[in-house]
Amino acid sequence: MRQALLIDWVLITALGWLLIGVIGVSFPRNFRLISRVLFPLGALCALLLALLALFGVGASPQVRILPLGLPDLPFHLRLDALSAFFLFLLGATAAGISIYAAGYFRKGEGTAPGLQCLLYHIFLTSMAFVMLADDGYSFMVAWESMALSSFLLVTSEHRHAEIRRAGYLYLLVAHIGAVGILLSFGVMAGSAGDYTFDAMRNFSVAGFWPTIAFLLALFGFGAKAGLLPLHIWLPEAHPAAPSPVSAMMSGVMLKTAIYGLLRVSFDLLHAQLWWWGILLLLLGLVTALFGVIFSTVQSDMKRLLAYSSIENIGLIFVGFGLTLIFKSFLLPSLAALALTATLYHCLNHAFFKSLLFLCTGSVLHATRERNLGKLGGLIHRMPWVTWLALIGVLASAGLPPFNGFVSEWLLLQSFLFTSGLPQGYLNMLLPVVAGAVALIAALAGFAMVKFFGIVFLGQPREEKLAQARDAGRLERLGLLWLAVGCVLLGLLPNVVIALLDPVTRLLVGSGLRYTATSHGWWLLAPISEDRASYSPAIFLVSIALFMPLVYWVVRRFYHGRLQRVPAWDCGFPLQTSRMQDTAEGFGQPIRRIFSPFFKRTREHPSPFDTHPRYRSLVEDPFWYWLYLPIARIVEQGTRLIAFLQQGRIAIYLLYSFVTLLTLLVLTRG
Amino acid sequence: MNVYALLAQLLELVIALILAPILNGWVNQCRAWLQNRSAPPLLQTYYTLSKLLHKDVLLAHNASSLFRTAPYIIFSCMALAAAIVPTLSTDLIFSPAADAIALVGLFALTRVFIALAGMDVGTSFGSLGSRREMLIGFLAEPALLMVFFTASLISQSTSLSTIVETLAHSEFVIYPSLAFAGVAFTMVSLAENARVPIDNPTTHLELTMIHEAMVLEYSGRHLALIEWAANLKLFAYSCLGIALFFPFGIPETADPTALALAGVILILKLLAGGFMLALIETVSAKMRIFRAPEFLGTAFLLAVLAMLVHLLLETGQ
Repeated sequence: MRQALLIDWVLITALGWLLIGVIGVSFPRNFRLISRVLFPLGALCALLLALLALFGVGASPQVRILPLGLPDLPFHLRLDALSAFFLFLLGATAAGISIYAAGYFRKGEGTAPGLQCLLYHIFLTSMAFVMLADDGYSFMVAWESMALSSFLLVTSEHRHAEIRRAGYLYLLVAHIGAVGILLSFGVMAGSAGDYTFDAMRNFSVAGFWPTIAFLLALFGFGAKAGLLPLHIWLPEAHPAAPSPVSAMMSGVMLKTAIYGLLRVSFDLLHAQLWWWGILLLLLGLVTALFGVIFSTVQSDMKRLLAYSSIENIGLIFVGFGLTLIFKSFLLPSLAALALTATLYHCLNHAFFKSLLFLCTGSVLHATRERNLGKLGGLIHRMPWVTWLALIGVLASAGLPPFNGFVSEWLLLQSFLFTSGLPQGYLNMLLPVVAGAVALIAALAGFAMVKFFGIVFLGQPREEKLAQARDAGRLERLGLLWLAVGCVLLGLLPNVVIALLDPVTRLLVGSGLRYTATSHGWWLLAPISEDRASYSPAIFLVSIALFMPLVYWVVRRFYHGRLQRVPAWDCGFPLQTSRMQDTAEGFGQPIRRIFSPFFKRTREHPSPFDTHPRYRSLVEDPFWYWLYLPIARIVEQGTRLIAFLQQGRIAIYLLYSFVTLLTLLVLTRG
Repeated sequence: MNVYALLAQLLELVIALILAPILNGWVNQCRAWLQNRSAPPLLQTYYTLSKLLHKDVLLAHNASSLFRTAPYIIFSCMALAAAIVPTLSTDLIFSPAADAIALVGLFALTRVFIALAGMDVGTSFGSLGSRREMLIGFLAEPALLMVFFTASLISQSTSLSTIVETLAHSEFVIYPSLAFAGVAFTMVSLAENARVPIDNPTTHLELTMIHEAMVLEYSGRHLALIEWAANLKLFAYSCLGIALFFPFGIPETADPTALALAGVILILKLLAGGFMLALIETVSAKMRIFRAPEFLGTAFLLAVLAMLVHLLLETGQ
């Protein structure tokens, strides 16, 4: 018996999830067991996985072959720095989501809890296997089980037609994407027919084939990540799913696509062309801009967050593209900086977006309402959720000293020091792109203020909101875990950069560990202190010291008197909570400024209406530009083919006969 | 880190806290003169602040703890921002803590908090003001960052201290790009500080106000802190303008004589800057809110142009 390696422990943990799921489905009605024992156990497994992955990042690659699956086609598994980092992301986020889910799933909602438990844990296991897979076959098996289990989770409330529709759309896009990935593996395996990643690494495809492999992979993984124009499933599927599942999909599953594309472009393909980087950069930029603009005009809180996920994926792709550009021009230290920003943003987004999705879950449970226009004033009824959501909102808006800011800062830094590129136009383009990134970040702030302000602040817009109750203990624990993660990732950037160092060394051959951390744990200076530095700790400490000081001075030298009075009504005494700004009202400036982006239909009431109704519908123009035309073409094509189907057995026998004959003729020749 | 750097840092903070209301008073005085009115005293802002601090806080029934915490957060953030901008010396202990991008982040943090506080009570004016403030914010922030990027490309650094050192102390070079950047910066500062032509700090006309609409529910000490924070913001922006475009006279060291001299030069520059601000406010009229995107879009384009000018003309040599 060989000594157990780290990868074995990782495997045991991942299979532990599967076991938990199987136990859950064996006792489908035992609600106490599932929510009080199994989900917390899953969270423990997740913590263990995160811990193991932390060690795995620094360790040398480890390989295992599992004799599963088809004969002669075992599962090859490999744990290297890249997969370990993404496993860490999975484990650390899943720990919070699982413990939250323990408190979230209630009796009599949607699918039976036992089945829910099984699907959820299959989902987790398959994501872990996606990151461990070392051959095309096991990768696709894991990838498809991830897609299928998440599809079943999305449609857990399948009695609603719109949820079924969202699930179908998700499944469709996921499979179209999977075809792209499969073909890409096929190209990289070449004629040898060996689909292990090791063989692909050693086999160098020549000519324009690497480009084809890259583009196919980009298509496939882009569909999963929600890259434009394949983003349409995201804003449908995320609101449909139960909140822990939305959190898991947005926080972690989108990152598996980033992982896959990183694996293909830096590990499996040998050389990178600079225009791949430009392509990714521009695609990412358009995606991010589109996502953030749409997120500001949404009225459904989960759709708002889904569009915000599209924005963040766009930003991640911008960093990815920049890395490709630097790598192809052989500038390893800049590539390391851009890659660090990219991976850091993956981690940050996993934390703050899961946190926000879980907060919407608590709001949904407390109020049964997803529509922003019917929420409001929850800070009084749900203080825990509100303050933890505030952390997520500030992090998501990219504000210091929280985590979202660090990765945006690193990304902007990598844009600014590009003047060494041999392409003159690129030197011009990149700083301007940085300006666009700044616009996206600022718009994200707008969207987040809208989200938080309308849901949690102001007066309750409906009477039933007065009965809203704060999240339960387990839910709070899950939220707290993620919120603390957001704060710590923001405060300790050097620790994260040290963690990312082996990953960037593996992919682009350089790391930031020594330059960035040479100034102590509190000062982040990725290149040198003269060039750029940022210290979140000083930020937080000085604000935290200054605030009580000001408070004390004001109280000491003046007074603390306070009277509660009605709000100022501007001389119009009939103010009601319906007179607050609505979600549509808050998004109005954006609709006006960016009107070419939207497909809008409006119904205005006429002055003579006795029951005036105002309706404004903002839709995704891609449906009309792209998807509906394609759907029409497909439908026409199927109608043409349909004439083959005559419904008479003699005709079908004739088909088989003709086919047989043709094949015989072909094989003879 | 030396003792002088610490002293210079504290001195800068104290000077910012003291001078910020006076700068506001000076701008109001200049504006009154330019408009042929009799001017309020220079220390009028202090009188107002002290009056507000003595008054009771009138808090709406619906106001939450966020509403009560926000003034302290906003004031602390603005004090930190004023401390980060190198005005008296570039040798400050806070200067490595935040570069230009982090400073923009700090301004954004303040803006988000004040907007959230505006939405907290749930009156229609509050959220109207917050919405408009966020609109101005997301238009102004990229332009401001582009201005900083231009300066960063010139000095190969985003650290404010290094930028000032490069611009003030290397051999005298004229950067055409900075001219464009300067115009863009002025436009952004007008918008960010709620000045004419974007907003009017003296108006309480419901349909046009932005900043005032947001803080309508604040009173007493809370309002005093918010007003003081607004003054600090104006001071920080003025000092930023000085540091980026007129940095001559900011010493690299922090010994007492240099600091004293720098203080005098700073006050002279601020007097001139305040007068220019009053002049701009007097000769321009307030815009409709939906002209603001055009105004700030122009600022953004000018900043992009500045960067391109730098890349085209100034990097070749």
